[in-house]
Amino acid sequence: MTELLVGTRKGLFVLEGDPGAEFALKTRAFEGEPVEYAMREPQSGRYFASVTSPFYGPRIWFTDDDPAGEWQPAAGVALPKGGDQALKRIWEIVASEDASRLYAGGDPGVLFESRDGGETWELNRALWEHPTRPAWRSDSGGLSVHSILPWPGDPDRLAVGISAAGVWLTEDGGKTWRHGNGGILADYLPEQAQGKSIALCVHGLARARERPERLFMQFHGGVYRSDDAGQTWTDIAAGLPSDFGFPVVLDPADPDSAYVIPVTTSDRLTPDGRVEVWQTRDAGTTWSACDDGLPQQDAYLSILRKCFDGAGEGPGLELYFGATSGEIFGSADAGASWFAAAKRLPSVQSVRVARLGGSR
Amino acid sequence: MAIVRLRGQLEKLAGSAEHPIEGATVSELLEELERSNPALEGWILDERGVIRRHINVFVNGEQAEPDTAVGADDRIEILPAISGG
Repeated sequence: MTELLVGTRKGLFVLEGDPGAEFALKTRAFEGEPVEYAMREPQSGRYFASVTSPFYGPRIWFTDDDPAGEWQPAAGVALPKGGDQALKRIWEIVASEDASRLYAGGDPGVLFESRDGGETWELNRALWEHPTRPAWRSDSGGLSVHSILPWPGDPDRLAVGISAAGVWLTEDGGKTWRHGNGGILADYLPEQAQGKSIALCVHGLARARERPERLFMQFHGGVYRSDDAGQTWTDIAAGLPSDFGFPVVLDPADPDSAYVIPVTTSDRLTPDGRVEVWQTRDAGTTWSACDDGLPQQDAYLSILRKCFDGAGEGPGLELYFGATSGEIFGSADAGASWFAAAKRLPSVQSVRVARLGGSR
Repeated sequence: MAIVRLRGQLEKLAGSAEHPIEGATVSELLEELERSNPALEGWILDERGVIRRHINVFVNGEQAEPDTAVGADDRIEILPAISGG
């Protein structure tokens, strides 16, 4: 049985089912409110949801064991009082491997950390007050810390992706940060700015569990791989139908694996009305389409950056992605075949597979 | 003191609906409301001290602005705005 946490523009939908058939709705929460992201911390089983209330602003909520139960607002998820900016949104919530720390990234380019299981949070001041911040740029989705990659076994090492401020790395628990943007080329910047500007629009980042110095990136025009923990990047987009897209997912058992969902540069929709997940098993040297069971005609889907996730590993890797049109597609065989897990949800903002016992 | 009346989520957070609060303007009153009810911090005013965009404040039934004067016997209602779609 697999549990999916689906954040939508109209609330959280918790789905449950066995791969191969449509999932059942287990419960809803935050009905009518935009749920940007939801996840279940695997060690404690605690659920977290990022909700941007149109009335009361953005907040992280948590509940234990039962998403149909009472949710509590977390404390401290705010910018310093009296400044000239307000928190706009929380994009992602991630736990370190041992769950001793939780991280939340948001707009405007902020990272929060919790060391008490997500009940209270503290702003990472070093990133907030970084001297390069005036050069950071918003994209159409805001100025967003949306990808947070802990290092397995070392909670002091972290990589974060920011739209549009590139990749940031810390090895001292967030006391200091340096950017890791070597080799990234942005086709929206003039030639003279390449390699200099940090206004780099990272769309998605993922770290290989078995080889943590290897990262994959979906960029705003480009797919990249890093073999030095995010310091430098190599373009691996050759062979994809489009180098544009948002999420990237890996098979935890295979550091040479990556899955992306190409969309067109012009309208951010699946190309030619065909829905295809593309995978590499050789670290980006070659790519192949995974489309068995996915719509192949007149299907123009928009798949946002937090709407693709996996659970398990190897040949039994489960993959799920959702579209703004309200469909969720799943695979229980590492992308070889796909099924519709849900067909009529509100616009999907995030999809996460909920697993207990330390696996994702 | 003016009486601030809360409903829904705000009432639940504050633990009761009616709150006698001191303040010469709507802004001052809301700041004092949050100070005396820490659970409300950030729910009505954002980090800049600005009333959230879809929160409406009424003084004696009239829609008010941050600098609207508040008298000792006034009744203040804090309500979510019409929103949706």
